[in-house]
Amino acid sequence: MLGLLHSLEIAVGATCVGLLIGICGAYGKLYGGPVVRDLLAVYTTIVRAVPELVLILLLYYAGTDLINQVLTAMGYQRIDISGLVAGIAVLGFVQGAYSTEVMRGAILAIPQGQIEAARAYGMSPGLLLRRITLPAMLPFAIPGLANLWLIATKDTALLAVVGFFELTLATRQAAGVTKAYLIFYLAAGVLYLAVSLFSNLMLGRLEAWSRRGMPSVKDAR
Amino acid sequence: MSAVRVAAISSGEVLNGAAEAIHVENLHKKFGELHVLKGVSLSARDGEVIAIIGGSGSGKSTLLRCINCLENPTSGIIRVNGEEIKLKADSHGHTVPADRKQIERIRSKLGMVFQNFNLWSHMTLIENVIEVPVHVLGVKRDEAISQAEKLLARVGLAEKRDVYPAYLSGGQQQRAAIARALAINPRVMLFDEPTSALDPELVGEVLKVIGDLAREGRTMVLVTHEMKFAREVATHVVYLYNGLVEEEGPPEQIFGAPKSERLKQFIRNIG
Repeated sequence: MLGLLHSLEIAVGATCVGLLIGICGAYGKLYGGPVVRDLLAVYTTIVRAVPELVLILLLYYAGTDLINQVLTAMGYQRIDISGLVAGIAVLGFVQGAYSTEVMRGAILAIPQGQIEAARAYGMSPGLLLRRITLPAMLPFAIPGLANLWLIATKDTALLAVVGFFELTLATRQAAGVTKAYLIFYLAAGVLYLAVSLFSNLMLGRLEAWSRRGMPSVKDAR
Repeated sequence: MSAVRVAAISSGEVLNGAAEAIHVENLHKKFGELHVLKGVSLSARDGEVIAIIGGSGSGKSTLLRCINCLENPTSGIIRVNGEEIKLKADSHGHTVPADRKQIERIRSKLGMVFQNFNLWSHMTLIENVIEVPVHVLGVKRDEAISQAEKLLARVGLAEKRDVYPAYLSGGQQQRAAIARALAINPRVMLFDEPTSALDPELVGEVLKVIGDLAREGRTMVLVTHEMKFAREVATHVVYLYNGLVEEEGPPEQIFGAPKSERLKQFIRNIG
């Protein structure tokens, strides 16, 4: 159960980090200058091209090492980065690349006249993002972001390889000690399933709410 | 007809003492190689209704969109409320507003109504109408709501206040968009072909609302294809041809005794 809690902590944290990167990334790709766009293109291409397990190993070991080297070079003490923080940072970084693309597509799907109207009434860019762009793109982004969230819950299992005590590692240890492999792995599977089912329920409600201004597609048939 | 002379003519028939709400001088706009506006001047004093007419591609919508910098003019002078919009060249040589805050302030005094309504689809009508007063102008929410209810009632949509735009007809959406524009208590209303996207039977209800506003002395600049309507409500008509003011004057003159051959032909074709 502690394993499940850890898994969820990481998934929630990574998704939040990923959403933040995604919003900034999508804005940068759509409205940024050439340098910003190129940098973001490199980021999304590389992160989406390299297997996540490799990225996790790379960022986890190389990343913490790099931070510590920088800290030592600047005359600070080495710090011990907790597995939780590192896990959130690494998965968030990976999620960010995918959600950048999801959000970019969603922003492009907003009828541009609505953005134009907001500009025509003197909204500042920040207000425009908060009041118009984000709520208007939500219905287009939710299916893609829901996928990312479900993937995030299961990607936490990859952190077992770096020794982070999450659901999969906890299961392996429990199964190894008791030799009741079937029971423990089945139980873990059921827990992942329960998380997904609950998520689907919540995401369904969120999607219905975000589509409040849109007639049902069934009406258009 | 030179731009300077056009400006001289329009200031010659000024309503006595009314302040100039919009002043456009020698405006140029290029989209890449395409030279859309080639030195247009325009003036709107308080209480005037300026109708901009012209064929497709004559630059009339571009002219209107330059007034609130939805399109950045390539060169020229724009004054709103006596305040000149500061422009500068960016690193690519495009002209852009020099002062974002100034543009936002000026825009919040201009009530724009679009061809495609452009209501915010995730908000109900009442939310659409209070959005700018509450979040841009800082009006208190309950004040904005009571004001918005009056405006919606005025355009005949009081009972639709909690409906989302997608569930309304084009005519209803456009009337709501007019209420949204009125909610900021604009110095000038800008209409960009407000009836061009509507079914013919819905045009009348929208024109009636606009006509009422004109009669109560609202200052407006109206780009339109409705010649009969322009003749009824406008105090001054500007005919654009190919990026230049071909002819302008009071509606009786423009529609009754046009001088330019092109304008004569335009009126024949449309009427």
